[in-house]
Amino acid sequence: MSDDMDFEEGGTIKKFMFVNRKAPYGTIYALEGLEVVLISAAFDQDVSLAFVDDGVFQLVKGQKTDGVEMKNFSPTYRALEGYDIEKLYVDRESLEARGLTEDDLLVDVQVMSAAEMGDMMAQQDVVISF
Amino acid sequence: MKFAIMVSEGPYTHQATDSAYQFAKAAIAKGHEITRVFFYHDGVNNGTRLTVPPQDDRHVVNRWSEIATQNNIDLVICIAAAQRRGLLDENEAKRQGKDANNIAPGFRISGLGQLVEAGIQSDRLVVFGD
Repeated sequence: MSDDMDFEEGGTIKKFMFVNRKAPYGTIYALEGLEVVLISAAFDQDVSLAFVDDGVFQLVKGQKTDGVEMKNFSPTYRALEGYDIEKLYVDRESLEARGLTEDDLLVDVQVMSAAEMGDMMAQQDVVISF
Repeated sequence: MKFAIMVSEGPYTHQATDSAYQFAKAAIAKGHEITRVFFYHDGVNNGTRLTVPPQDDRHVVNRWSEIATQNNIDLVICIAAAQRRGLLDENEAKRQGKDANNIAPGFRISGLGQLVEAGIQSDRLVVFGD
């Protein structure tokens, strides 16, 4: 890994994957996780996002949060494209277990099996889970 | 090997910070280097010097301060997460017009970029969370 990277050149690009596992509200993990994703865009790394378990709820369309007095931050996922963060991977089994399909999601994603997701994770240099 | 660590949970309520500390200690004993520990989410609470655990219990905060001083580890508390949870260093307290600060020795407050940078510059970034 880092053995063959030269920091002097300033060109180190690593594969970063942020794994979102929690529902968007109820805990702060999703919101603070998204803050890290946005910052990572400034470092010109190869960034991808994975959504598994209740994390798939983060991408559901039509979130209304007034009743729980929380800020609806889901529009930010649509803005990720503008930060050149376009690799969004969603675990198929997590969607299906929650009665969701790709049409319920507010951004374009790549839906994949747990095995495919595992392969994606194995290719990463840095995996940070929220 | 150069390790960086991320701690995502608070002291005493969760095993994550204990595991992170034990990992750091074991890695150092094996001749590895811990470059940085980044405290995020409730993990920022590991850095308040006002922590007073019962005398017969481990002192999680002091333990971090000591291992960091002895091994030149950079302990970084995320500023955004810290401000939400009432952790301020002297400068931030002044800037925010607060009458106290509470950062423990060896810790510093900085931005999320420090986490991404740790991922880029270390051989492994190990996440301890829920």
